[in-house]
Amino acid sequence: MKRFDAIRAAVQALDGNELLISSNGMISRELITVRDAPQNFYMIGSMGLASSIGLGLAISLSNAQIVVIEGDGNVLMNMGSIATIGHFAPKNLIQVVLDNECHDSTGGQPTVSNTARLEKVARASGYRVAARVTTDAELVKVLRQSLGKGPAFILVKVEKGSVKGIARVSHSPEEIRSRFQQAVRMISG
Amino acid sequence: MVNASQFCGILKNNGFNFCTGVPCTILKDIILYLSSDPDLPYVPATREDEAMGIATGAYLAGKQPIVMMQNSGLGSSINPLASLDILYRIPMLLLISWRGYQGKDAPEHLIMGEAMLKLFDALGIPYQVISEDNPEAAISASVKTMRERGIPVAAIIRSGIVQ
Repeated sequence: MKRFDAIRAAVQALDGNELLISSNGMISRELITVRDAPQNFYMIGSMGLASSIGLGLAISLSNAQIVVIEGDGNVLMNMGSIATIGHFAPKNLIQVVLDNECHDSTGGQPTVSNTARLEKVARASGYRVAARVTTDAELVKVLRQSLGKGPAFILVKVEKGSVKGIARVSHSPEEIRSRFQQAVRMISG
Repeated sequence: MVNASQFCGILKNNGFNFCTGVPCTILKDIILYLSSDPDLPYVPATREDEAMGIATGAYLAGKQPIVMMQNSGLGSSINPLASLDILYRIPMLLLISWRGYQGKDAPEHLIMGEAMLKLFDALGIPYQVISEDNPEAAISASVKTMRERGIPVAAIIRSGIVQ
């Protein structure tokens, strides 16, 4: 499965009221191409912190569903976050990890996720759902089952490589923040 | 000098309602007090940059967050400050202990103790040093700047301020 197809499948499986945090690099660029929305918080820096932002949101907004979309490089950079999320165990947090075993956005340098079983780390840390999926059908099924039943760690094996000529995130960081805050107010009432 | 209950009262009176961070001996009484205060919950992070991320999420959710750390953790926080919180304009209070103050401390604290204020200046982060006789002044001044500028601001706490 291509990463772009995994992101598209995940977005289509959701009902549109979820708050999405997408990590820096190609993942945010592919998400904005699949579906741009105020409830998407596109990260353009601070690699590794998508899941931490998700945790801060999930703890503070118990009636909103939070979905983090990030890569294996992001998870490996902030492994402590798995322990903290497992401890607080927010039911409204889903972490979708697009695992291509490399830093694709910077030229495909290998990570160590070919040997580190990240979903087992999540399971051992207290996540209620920890799955490894290889098809878009499995991704959609586990994602839907995990809504409100997290924390969920869904590791999706994807191919290396990006869609050629994909657009950059066109909104300024302040616009991303401001419209996301408006989406939070709409969703949380 | 104030006790932890009084100091946390100052934080709450200034609107703070979410706290995360990594401990320091200088912060231990504050963190102990917050562990039983539902009005200002404390979420322990594994690293200071993780705490910055958690505080960012809390802010986006409508909270007014604090990140507590030892100044050694400022090193881990520079990337999230530069490429997340200053960039996206995410206001928060960084309550940072000043180890290595005036060069009197264990060797591992001396270089950061000397460099800390210069790092804030280099990043463009406003800061206040909390004084012993009026701790509230630095907190309320920090909040004013934080709201005006919409970025993280630092309040620096030395040993002996909260006991």
